[in-house]
Amino acid sequence: MGKAKVKSGPLARRPDNSAFKQQRLPAWSPMLTANTVLPFFYFMAAICMLLGVWLLLTVQSTQEMKLDYTEAGSCNLCYQKRQNASNAAQSCTCKVMFSIQKAFKGDVFFYYGLKNFHQNLRRYMDSRDDGQMVGRKRNLKNPSSYCQPFDKDQTGVPIAPCGAVANSIFNDSFTLSYHQPGSSPVRIPLLRRGITWYTDENVKFRNPKTENLTLAEVFKDTAPPLYWQKPVYELDPDDPTNNGFINEDLIIWMREAAFPNFKKLYGVLNRADEVFAKGLPAGNYTIDINYNFPVQYFRGRKEVVLTTLTWFGGQNHFLPVAYLVTSSLILLLAVVLTVIWWKFGKAGKNMQE
Amino acid sequence: MGLVASFFGQLCGKEKKPEEERHLRANDRSFNLTYRYANNAIKTSKYNILTFLPRNLFEQFQRLANAYFLFLMILQVIPQVSSLSWFTTAVPLMFVLSITAVKDANDDIKTEKVDFSWNQLADPKFVFHDHSLLETVKQGNPDAQAFFRLLALCHTVMPDEKKEGELYYQAQSPDEGALVTAARNFGFVFRSRTPESITVIEMGKQVIYELLAVLDFNNVRKRMSVIVRSPEGKLTLFCKGADTIIFERLHPSCKKLVEVTNKHLSEYAGEGLRTLALAYKDLDESFMDEWKQRHHEASTALVEREEKLDELYEEIEKDLLLLGATAVEDKLQDGVPQTIEQLAKADIKIWVLTGDKQETAENIGYSCNMLREEMKEIFIVAANTAEGVKEELENARRKMSSSSADKPSVIKARAGLFWLQKTETVQDEKVDGEYGLVINGHSLAFALEKDLQLELLRTACMCQTVICCRVTPLQKAQVVQLVKKYKQAVTLAIGDGANDVSMIKAAHIGVGISGQEGMQAVLSSDFSFAQFRYLQRLLLVHGRWSYLRMCKFLQYFFYKNFTFTFVHFWYAFFCGFSAQTVYDEWFITLYNLMYTALPVLGLSIFDQDVNDRWSFQYPQLYTPGQLNQYFSKKAFVRCMMKSCYSSLILFFIPWAAMHDTVRDDGKDIADYQSFALLAQTCLLIVMSIQLSLDTHYWTAVNQFFVWGSLAGYFAITFTMYSNGMFLIFTSAFPFIGTARNSLNQPNVWLTIFLTSLLCILPVVAFRFILIQLRPTINDKVRHKMRNEALPATTKHVHVRRISTRRSGYAFSHSQGYGDLVTSRKFLLKIPVRTRPALFTETDSPLAQNQPQHYRTITEEPEGSQSP
Repeated sequence: MGKAKVKSGPLARRPDNSAFKQQRLPAWSPMLTANTVLPFFYFMAAICMLLGVWLLLTVQSTQEMKLDYTEAGSCNLCYQKRQNASNAAQSCTCKVMFSIQKAFKGDVFFYYGLKNFHQNLRRYMDSRDDGQMVGRKRNLKNPSSYCQPFDKDQTGVPIAPCGAVANSIFNDSFTLSYHQPGSSPVRIPLLRRGITWYTDENVKFRNPKTENLTLAEVFKDTAPPLYWQKPVYELDPDDPTNNGFINEDLIIWMREAAFPNFKKLYGVLNRADEVFAKGLPAGNYTIDINYNFPVQYFRGRKEVVLTTLTWFGGQNHFLPVAYLVTSSLILLLAVVLTVIWWKFGKAGKNMQE
Repeated sequence: MGLVASFFGQLCGKEKKPEEERHLRANDRSFNLTYRYANNAIKTSKYNILTFLPRNLFEQFQRLANAYFLFLMILQVIPQVSSLSWFTTAVPLMFVLSITAVKDANDDIKTEKVDFSWNQLADPKFVFHDHSLLETVKQGNPDAQAFFRLLALCHTVMPDEKKEGELYYQAQSPDEGALVTAARNFGFVFRSRTPESITVIEMGKQVIYELLAVLDFNNVRKRMSVIVRSPEGKLTLFCKGADTIIFERLHPSCKKLVEVTNKHLSEYAGEGLRTLALAYKDLDESFMDEWKQRHHEASTALVEREEKLDELYEEIEKDLLLLGATAVEDKLQDGVPQTIEQLAKADIKIWVLTGDKQETAENIGYSCNMLREEMKEIFIVAANTAEGVKEELENARRKMSSSSADKPSVIKARAGLFWLQKTETVQDEKVDGEYGLVINGHSLAFALEKDLQLELLRTACMCQTVICCRVTPLQKAQVVQLVKKYKQAVTLAIGDGANDVSMIKAAHIGVGISGQEGMQAVLSSDFSFAQFRYLQRLLLVHGRWSYLRMCKFLQYFFYKNFTFTFVHFWYAFFCGFSAQTVYDEWFITLYNLMYTALPVLGLSIFDQDVNDRWSFQYPQLYTPGQLNQYFSKKAFVRCMMKSCYSSLILFFIPWAAMHDTVRDDGKDIADYQSFALLAQTCLLIVMSIQLSLDTHYWTAVNQFFVWGSLAGYFAITFTMYSNGMFLIFTSAFPFIGTARNSLNQPNVWLTIFLTSLLCILPVVAFRFILIQLRPTINDKVRHKMRNEALPATTKHVHVRRISTRRSGYAFSHSQGYGDLVTSRKFLLKIPVRTRPALFTETDSPLAQNQPQHYRTITEEPEGSQSP
């Protein structure tokens, strides 16, 4: 259509003799030949082997301690108590003890873990209002319908933060102590700030603009979530800048886990203290737990995790082992392929018509 | 009341009475217009501007897939039901609908343009002549002149001079037309005829011969003669006919010339040319008077008229003087026999359905190598009763395979969507040796009846070559339908005439040859080209590529979507069966639409495992397609199993690697959003590698599409997960920061690498083993391609049919038009010539329904006639 050159004559209707139209574009036609496939397999086996060994050494250099405290030690009592929802208002504290054989060197990270808690349930995940949490005033007073039935309390007052996710926040708190031989227990200082993603802390979660109002005034006409004991602006009594939607425990909880068994960062060892400058020394430790979060409703478990990290992350042996297994499989496959090629393909007899 | 009823009838579109009669008044346009009959204007465009949108949308939603997605979109508006936002379906659906709408609109505009765009193709050109012969004629050699005079006079061709100087010859057979045209080209222009005269322009001078008698051709005589009186009053009998017949009737003085001519004739016949011997005889006025009297008596005799006429003809057609011999090349289009041979090698069964007479059809069959001397037998079915046809078919079948059962073995099965369609397939039977079957229209009418059609199909399928001659357009379509129905075969009909339209429409694939026969066949076909030989390129190259691409496309498409879906299945065990998606909603929206669309498009536009020249070299490459090897139920199951494996890898490896790990700074990475990003990146990379493995032909475009899609994925992902997008569309882009926070982690990339390896290496190994152990024909040819140069394209020396049949005489093989040309009937009605359906001589410059410009000779007698 609209071609400048109008052809005429007997070849007028002949299609263009262009490489594109005649399907003659220059091209590269690779083939699976022994020269390419076999070296590739051996090479991949070697690469995987190297990666596997390297990763294994890396992971081995980390240390990890997991402690299920659901019913451990004196927590058993609290566990019983939390079975009954009517006791929810009563506080319950318990203590568990553990010892470390080998010092944790370097930064030590303290996690709480939950098992069988489905933060990834579809309706649960959607039950939040990002608009509210990013500080939109309209959403503060008028939460998204996705938050239902956790958008307003019985009297119709909007809930902030709304939704099932915020409502079910993990509310146990921990105090770690180190029992230095021959002296009284030392409280282990934990850094509770800077433990969230930078983008979450600074972009995704914002408090509504205060304009010289206090946080309490901003949240005046809202109700805390149903299961919360404290309003959102009083989550951290120690640090006023860690309150409201930008409270780091809240942010961490709002980053929903992909799987039902997960751990979330609680704090990082503050190595400013002389005793812990090199990490956690070997010895005996106790954890004082403010035991609030009930788990029997979903047959869950609770644990704390202490771990050191490398560039590769925590102590997860899967990838190194998987690389080693893969490497051996590829090697095996490479040998099989070589044999097959040697016996059948090499002579090229099969390639005759 | 009746008016109302008819009005409603029209409205409801049912009770529409079939039109039984039309009232028309000749030459009264205004009167005729008052009836508002449908006019003759052809309209093939579907839409106009107003109806386009509603009608196009309606048609699009008639497609099951579109309707399904519309339904899905409606469901997705309900958040309680759907795990996805409305846009995941709406965006792709809108995209597909708008693309299709644009395409339909474009097609429609093109069709509208095409309607009246066709024209008479080109002028025929006199391409060859022997200069010395031309000189001889010009110098006035009496024998040479007599030779061409004979050709200009002794025939039954009808001239049609529509415009001054533009002659159309209506010949009964192409050969006759060819000979008259040849005479014209040598300066003996047959101009016009009346029942009593023939006007010829001899070397520029108009000469009117008085036509005294036409001794017509028939199958027994195998010759025809005319007796004419020249303006000088000389009486001459001109005779042309089969060489053997003419030689018997020659004057003994011609002995020497006969020897030379005979030698030439053998040469011609050996080359597959159709030959005629020409002879003449000067007649006595008195003898002629007496003979004419007897001829009149004989031709008005009430009994034994034929015999009496034959006797008379014998009497006068003797002591002839030989003039020479003609040979007409059986000018099929270029490359027809080669094409047939190639297609046969590709295991394509070829049936010829032609309106031609049996002899012509047979001749064409021989000349295009479909019927061969070495065939064990060629069965001719020509009976005129149902019983006769049945008997002939059965006899033929018994001869081919004495053990064949009386009843055909029919396999009943179900196929199609939901297995709703019942199918019956007649099984092939084994035959030793090659046979041919020629069946004529009368017999075919009986054979196509319900009780005989299976017998016909069985017998025909046992033969290598099937030729149906003298068939009507309807029968052509019926034959195609018969094969379609009971062979479950894919049929292709190729033809050039209006009488092929029904067959072209009935077949799965209709191909029109655009030639001199007008555009009907072309307009109703799926493909059209100018020459039969392009059929081999259409099938062996483009058809094969197309099939290959389509199958690759389908396999890949199923693979990528099954894998995508299976991953969700595995995740269901971890998310409490809550239908949570593994991937980001936007990824789900764009996965098929953008991230994996262009690479597979590139594959299905450009891919070729074997290039065109090698495809011609190995027609066997076509057979896997006929056996449905590239995409069958088996292949589908295999594809599903592969998807299942891939999805296991693509879910469980990231799961195991991530579920208990953290970033290098201790922060979260096992969260849903990071996992979604990891899983979708793994999926996309594996899919891209898989596609790369499937691509055999990497053009720059393919490279661009594959790399571009991957780069596009990361660009789009980073954009969608950016601060800006979140702050503007908060609820639509909650994944803010995920890409930045997880893609900078080494363990994420190590996971991606491992999943890719585990998904791809088994495929590579499996394919490699298959190539080593059981290479397909494609592998073999590809292997050859790598290691050898293409065998020099042996420019097929036109393989002459080496035939022992020196049968061909350039006549139609039945009673000629002699009666017609000597009666006055032809002045009223010109017989319409029909052409063979499959192999036409449309390419021949000689015998076609084209204006012949004879003026060149009269105006420039000394000039060359070749343009």
